Amino acid sequence: MQENRASLEAFKAEVVAWFEANIPEQPGFLLPESFMEVGTDQQFEFLRTWQRKVYEAGYLGMSWPEAYGGGGYPQAYQDIVTSEMARQNAPFMMNTIGLNWAGPLILHMGSEDAKNRYIKGILNADDIWCQGFSEPDHGSDLGKVQTKAVLDGNEYRVNGSKIWTSLGSYAKYMILLARTNPDTESKYAGLSFFLSPMHVPGIETRPIRKLTGEYGFTQTFFNDARIPTSCIMGNEGEGWQVAMTTLMFERGAAGGQAGGISMIDLRVDDVVELAREAKRDGAPAIEDYYVREQLVRFLIEEKANQLSRVRARIPALVSERPSAIAMSGKLRTSEFRRRLCQLAIGLQGANGARFIGDSQSADAGKWPRSYLNAFSATIGGGTSQIQANIIGERVLGLPK
Amino acid sequence: MSEDSNIKSAPISFNDEQVMLLDTAMSFCREKSSVARVRDLLLSDSGYDAGIWQEIVALGWTGIAIPEEFGGSELGVNALVPIAETMGRFLLTTPFISTTLASQMILQGASEEQKTRWLPGICEGLIASIAITEDEGSWDLEDIRCKAIAHEDVLHLSGSKTFVFDARKADIFVVSVMYEGMPALVVLEKDQLNENALRREVIIDETRRSFRLTLDGVQVKTRNMLPAGNTISTLAHLNMLANLLLSAELAGGTAAVLNVVIEYLTTRKQFDRLIGSYQSLKHPTVEILLGLESMRSLVYHAATVWDEQQREVAVRMAKAQACEAAIFAGDRAVQFHGGFGFTYECDAQLYLRRALCSQLLFGDAAHHRKHLAPLLLS
Ligand SMILES: Cc1cc2nc3c(=O)[nH]c(=O)nc-3n(C[C@H](O)[C@H](O)[C@H](O)COP(=O)(O)OP(=O)(O)OC[C@H]3O[C@@H](n4cnc5c(N)ncnc54)[C@H](O)[C@@H]3O)c2cc1C
Repeated sequence: MQENRASLEAFKAEVVAWFEANIPEQPGFLLPESFMEVGTDQQFEFLRTWQRKVYEAGYLGMSWPEAYGGGGYPQAYQDIVTSEMARQNAPFMMNTIGLNWAGPLILHMGSEDAKNRYIKGILNADDIWCQGFSEPDHGSDLGKVQTKAVLDGNEYRVNGSKIWTSLGSYAKYMILLARTNPDTESKYAGLSFFLSPMHVPGIETRPIRKLTGEYGFTQTFFNDARIPTSCIMGNEGEGWQVAMTTLMFERGAAGGQAGGISMIDLRVDDVVELAREAKRDGAPAIEDYYVREQLVRFLIEEKANQLSRVRARIPALVSERPSAIAMSGKLRTSEFRRRLCQLAIGLQGANGARFIGDSQSADAGKWPRSYLNAFSATIGGGTSQIQANIIGERVLGLPK
Repeated sequence: MSEDSNIKSAPISFNDEQVMLLDTAMSFCREKSSVARVRDLLLSDSGYDAGIWQEIVALGWTGIAIPEEFGGSELGVNALVPIAETMGRFLLTTPFISTTLASQMILQGASEEQKTRWLPGICEGLIASIAITEDEGSWDLEDIRCKAIAHEDVLHLSGSKTFVFDARKADIFVVSVMYEGMPALVVLEKDQLNENALRREVIIDETRRSFRLTLDGVQVKTRNMLPAGNTISTLAHLNMLANLLLSAELAGGTAAVLNVVIEYLTTRKQFDRLIGSYQSLKHPTVEILLGLESMRSLVYHAATVWDEQQREVAVRMAKAQACEAAIFAGDRAVQFHGGFGFTYECDAQLYLRRALCSQLLFGDAAHHRKHLAPLLLS
């Protein structure tokens, strides 16, 4: 035990030093704030190179099996790296969908062949993954998706459209939820789950402009696209269960992710700094009673969220509802981020209205941009309202 | 959001002894303090069951944070938290909190001789209380009007104290007074009080018993005064401990009232649907859960770092969060029971009224945020 702790500490020191030496300089262009906002080739190449470097240094997928390209270490090692990345404001690991949901899913239930084929490419960012769940007409009510996959010899023929596909322009693979049987009694029973290739004839992506004016996700069209039957995950008709397992990984309610941050870290301390610089009614905003009160509220909330992650690992202190903290993580942190950015905009007086590109905007327009981008996590991956439904129903046992 | 990556000292630790205590406290309080029993006691004079108090003493809980040399088991303040939380959960009222606050003040501020005089008795069941607050209801514990004037080796006290909990049954009191222009702490024994010195106060929380204590004419030997140099630190210690234990109680109460809400939302039907299926009830109930989870994390963190420099920040954060979230929970619990929620019979009021009272003892959320600001922002 003592020895273990000592080696973790030594490891941490090594990690701190590595990131200090290797975090790249800010490039001459604006980086995205999360994997859902990678909008230009420049941004993409920069982030892919960085992920590759982190992996090659041994700091990604540390707890995944060595046989497939992982590190074979206990989870605690990866956790140290992930915290340190956040602490040092490192750029995020862009292949998030592969690292933190498709990857764990493949390790959890994929064939030996799938593990050999996909895991390493996820880690070294050779193979970018995207997720084809949402459709123009069916988002929250995911069980209703209509994109069709029809068995045809040793292939499925896919028709329909997915939308809000993050990284759609760059992905080599997609985790795809499609309807293989339109006639089932339950909407869920007709669904199947695929590890679909993207670079096949009949699949096209079209970039969609985000509310900030930047790009980030695509609409994905399937026009008689043929994908091999071997890329199905689970059996035909079991797609819903597989998708739910994926969402457990995605929302952090189940462990097994490769690790690394998937969005830039925003801390209350950054807003405290801003409050020192910004003026409100002619005085530093930090002297304003209202601003102080708000900042303290956020500091308490931030601390509580950090502490809850620690408490979640102490069984005696979560015995009544063991899953409550993990299941609510996305809701708590995404809403927190959105509200924190609102505060940051509001404490700058009229200057809060300046946007990216304006030479006088605080932190190069970071806060209004971050606020608008913060909706990516309150909408993507299941909206906050849907999260509240899920927590109410699954954690508290309230009726549907 | 980054995780606290300090490996050396975990921000929350919970050792085997605490696990056991939490377990014991849960089964003890569940057995002794059904809601029906709590309601019986609302009408009683003392507000608690003397038999249960004896059992608590026998379990050693009154000495749990007192060193062995004074008759305790020396498990530390850390060990008080699961007990206070569970008592809050089951609304089990006894003089436990009053006695603990008083004994910890003595432990913090008394001379060795004084500790030997009082602490072993407390471990064995003496009831103690604190007489700190005055008519203005100030949360500044150094804002004192009561006086002590010495004639030879006798102190003559004057003034009045309020919110002296469990005073009718208390054997000793730790009292704050001004002495030679400075705050001082004096320990009074029951028989030194005048007749009619105690008057019951009517407070919003009917599970507690609060009294006004008149000190006029009380005389006590100077050897009952705690050493002058310890006064300020002892008051600060009290402030932190009271807020920690109140926060723990509030966390317990919130856990309980959440279950009261869930029970109703999963059984009551309107428009042919269980009312818990309505999102305008479901989502705020989730918010109660999130508030509770945050408060428990902050409370157990404050207990963990009790002996460290982060104590004040941790305790104030816990109390600020606990007050707000507990009141939100109690408030929504009343609303979500409809007409029944408006009745005395509905249990929601028990938790709401207790939370309203607890927030006003030793500082509400806004007060603690105000005191956190300079600690966190400078
Ligand atoms: C930045 C970003 C990236 C994304 N990336 C991907 C991706 O890579 N792959 C992918 O498949 N999808 C992705 N999504 C899509 C995302 O998962 C959906 O947008 C989301 O699930 C909501 O679906 P919808 O857009 O159809 O909204 P709708 O479901 O139409 O919801 C509209 C509004 O109604 C509310 N609502 C709906 N149903 C209920 C209910 N039962 N109770 C209460 N309120 C309800 C919602 O909360 C929302 O406010 C992304 C979205 C964003 C914003």
